[in-house]
Amino acid sequence: MAETGTDPPLLSVEGLHSYYGRAHILSGVSLSVARGEVVVLLGRNGAGKTTTLKCIMGLVRPAEGRIRFQDEDIAGAAPYAVCRAGLAYVPEDRRIFTELTVMENLEVGRQKPRAGAPEWTPDRLFALFPNLAEMRNRLGGRMSGGEQQMLTIARSLMGNPSAILLDEPSEGLAPVIVEQMAQTVRELKAEGLTVILSEQNLHFANHVSDRAYIIEKGQIRYEGTMAALAADEDVRAAYLTV
Amino acid sequence: MGFYFTQFLTGLASASSLFLVAAGLSIIFGVTRIVNLAHGSFYMLGAYIAYSIVTSIDVGPVGFWLAVLAAAVAVGLIGVAVEMLLLRRIYHAPEMFQLLATFGVVLVVQDAALAIWGPADKLGPRAPGLDGAVRIFGELVPQYDLAMIVLGPLVLGAIWLLFHKTRWGTLVRAATQDRQMLGALGANQKVLFTSVFFAGAALAGLGGAAQVPREAVSLFTDLNIIAEAFVIVVVGGMGSILGAFLAAVLISELNAFGILIFPQITLVLMFLVMAVILVVRPWGLLGRPEFIARGPGEMPEAPYRPADGRLKLLGLAALLLLVAVPLAGDDFLMVLMVDVLLLALFATSLHFIMGPGGMVSFGHAAYFGLGAYGAAMLTKLLDTPMELAVAGGIAAAAAGAVVFGWFCVRLSGVYFAMLTLAFAQIGWSVVFQWGDVTGGDDGILNVWPAAWASSRIVFYYLTLALCTGAILFMRHLLYAPFGYGLRAGRDSPLRAEAIGIDVRMRQWHGFILAGAMSGLAGSLYAFSKGSVFPDIMAIPQSIDGLMMVLLGGVKTLSGPYVGAAAFHLLEDQISRLEFWRAILGVTILFLVIVFPQGLVGFLRQRLSRDEAAP
Ligand SMILES: Nc1ncnc2c1ncn2[C@@H]1O[C@H](COP(=O)(O)OP(=O)(O)OP(=O)(O)O)[C@@H](O)[C@H]1O
Ligand SMILES: [Mg+2]
Repeated sequence: MAETGTDPPLLSVEGLHSYYGRAHILSGVSLSVARGEVVVLLGRNGAGKTTTLKCIMGLVRPAEGRIRFQDEDIAGAAPYAVCRAGLAYVPEDRRIFTELTVMENLEVGRQKPRAGAPEWTPDRLFALFPNLAEMRNRLGGRMSGGEQQMLTIARSLMGNPSAILLDEPSEGLAPVIVEQMAQTVRELKAEGLTVILSEQNLHFANHVSDRAYIIEKGQIRYEGTMAALAADEDVRAAYLTV
Repeated sequence: MGFYFTQFLTGLASASSLFLVAAGLSIIFGVTRIVNLAHGSFYMLGAYIAYSIVTSIDVGPVGFWLAVLAAAVAVGLIGVAVEMLLLRRIYHAPEMFQLLATFGVVLVVQDAALAIWGPADKLGPRAPGLDGAVRIFGELVPQYDLAMIVLGPLVLGAIWLLFHKTRWGTLVRAATQDRQMLGALGANQKVLFTSVFFAGAALAGLGGAAQVPREAVSLFTDLNIIAEAFVIVVVGGMGSILGAFLAAVLISELNAFGILIFPQITLVLMFLVMAVILVVRPWGLLGRPEFIARGPGEMPEAPYRPADGRLKLLGLAALLLLVAVPLAGDDFLMVLMVDVLLLALFATSLHFIMGPGGMVSFGHAAYFGLGAYGAAMLTKLLDTPMELAVAGGIAAAAAGAVVFGWFCVRLSGVYFAMLTLAFAQIGWSVVFQWGDVTGGDDGILNVWPAAWASSRIVFYYLTLALCTGAILFMRHLLYAPFGYGLRAGRDSPLRAEAIGIDVRMRQWHGFILAGAMSGLAGSLYAFSKGSVFPDIMAIPQSIDGLMMVLLGGVKTLSGPYVGAAAFHLLEDQISRLEFWRAILGVTILFLVIVFPQGLVGFLRQRLSRDEAAP
């Protein structure tokens, strides 16, 4: 790989199609993410962001298309296999185990360390999310939305992933917490993690991402750096809510 | 005082085994969302295997408990085999298919047990080292009972430790809440499910094995235990281990003391307690409300098509054939066809609630039985004329459906199935135990039709007229607002409520109507056979009904009668074979796995495929 001069992408998706029943939700989504990049998938409500991430994770079976992750073909693989390949997933609705404590939630996410990926322990995660440290034995169901959002990311990091999918991490959070979340994403990038996030919030995306894709009605309509997107008022007006 | 205390201890001792079974059932359900009807069979196998070990090897006090453990492990491994060979194929199937498949296992295990251990009850020897009795408050209490009293809380504690102090337990608790997320976090569901099935089955096996010195094990044990376990799980709350423990103690104490007050009807007491708890807390003492909510269902079903010209013609032709049956002059054929007609009505009434109503009853035979016993008892005890007795049978079945249905429609999905089954088993036990009134196992004999209907031909036409009328009536209702409301409630309860349909009320009415129709079939059945026996309201009869509906195809309206005819003719053949239960069980498994759309569904698929082809 190194011989060719350019590294192959860490994650590449080609021509992804997906259906719910008869509804054609994704029609040919393609994207590619390099190691260490932070890439945002932008799009309005119902554009297909969540479905794209779920397809990558194996939670929704793609009807057609190729998904490669670190040279493995993961299209149609079971979620646990995708996770063990080094891809972590943080759902938009958080899905904390409400009857498990913070420590137990972390334990559920624990996987073996992985070569070439940062290694996480509860202590390192508590350093990253200081408020979680104070509630190790609190039940997941007794936490605020912001705390749950931190926990769900921490839980996924316990799998020592090389890349993490974050579905609308800033949704429904208070401005202070959103700022904290942006800080977290930057720290993850600094750790060497690749981050793919979905967002409707362009402001948040601008703060953390290197590059953006815009999805609309299940198709990628735009691809470019954040700077290019910032300069392109027409695209933003056409595809994003202002 | 001493006497009551011993009675209390007996209750506690009995609670332990029940707790073990119910806990296993609950753990398996929590993770896999499958209600395992074969759980009683696992208990029974545990008891038989332990019996075989302790009677063939000379075990000492330690050896005895090792034998009990060995039996539990053996049953756990059988559970693993069942999970890997069968359940893995149906985790995504509708609940009814899962329940039916596990009933297929019940039948296979029954015949296997019959082949290995024979038909006689088996009572094990007393446990070595615990074969004496202790005097407490002047009364003798068996030492073994005291050991059992310790065993329950011991296992409760062990389960708690396992669930809270091991990674496996943490994963199990996480899976109980959100299996999909657990998968996305890297846990292999297959391994987890299999291990959970091992644990649950082993608990049932342990319960059965430990009971060997206290109670004889018989081929009836499986269904009795599963019904009691269902009551415990419903009362304690699905998914709650502590709830299962409390409920097991409650129910066992109720039995222990109830037997002093109403020896014949302890089951009625049990029913009352269950009823009170379900009214106050529909999800059980310590259960979680979300388990009884309707899960995200399948895709809404295609609407029923009114019969087109071709189908109407086919129906008419079938009816003409039925009218012509007596012309053949074959008495045996007429008897067979009366059976088929009655079963068709029974199956159609079941389909009425389960297809359009979405309420899968695992106890529909209760209403068939109430109809039959109602009619038979009126005839025998009060010498009522047949016409009135049939009306009385219908009324008895309807009354049963009014009471049982009131509770059942409050629940849905597997909870509904479990409760209907538990009620039916209670009904069966009452009839079975209350020998003075119902004749118990000997049944009620000499229930003959009125003089005018006593000839085979007249009785045949009477049956044909009533069954056809009742079936057409139900079919008509489904195309009327009543049926639309029922289906709306099935597909989208919230939206149905929003447009002003009281879904629960509508379901209750549907349940009562189906009960009454099943009662009509039952009361005619009593007169056609001239006798009634408890079997006709036992669980296997309820399952037969489900088989007929399934065989015909749940999603079609004409499925039930086609299915009833096919099933009865099939059963007529295989019931002559020695291991017919196992054959039936394997047939069920085959149907569920390979042929889930049923006969009519299959034919329709073929037809529409042919039509679609150029
Ligand atoms: N389980 C489902 N069944 C049927 N349709 C679905 C399902 N989930 C999503 N959809 C539909 O698929 C389309 C894409 O949904 P998706 O959740 O991927 O959008 P999204 O971009 O994540 O939107 P949001 O910003 O609201 O999260 C929507 O039209 C949605 O209604
Ligand atoms: Mg989304």
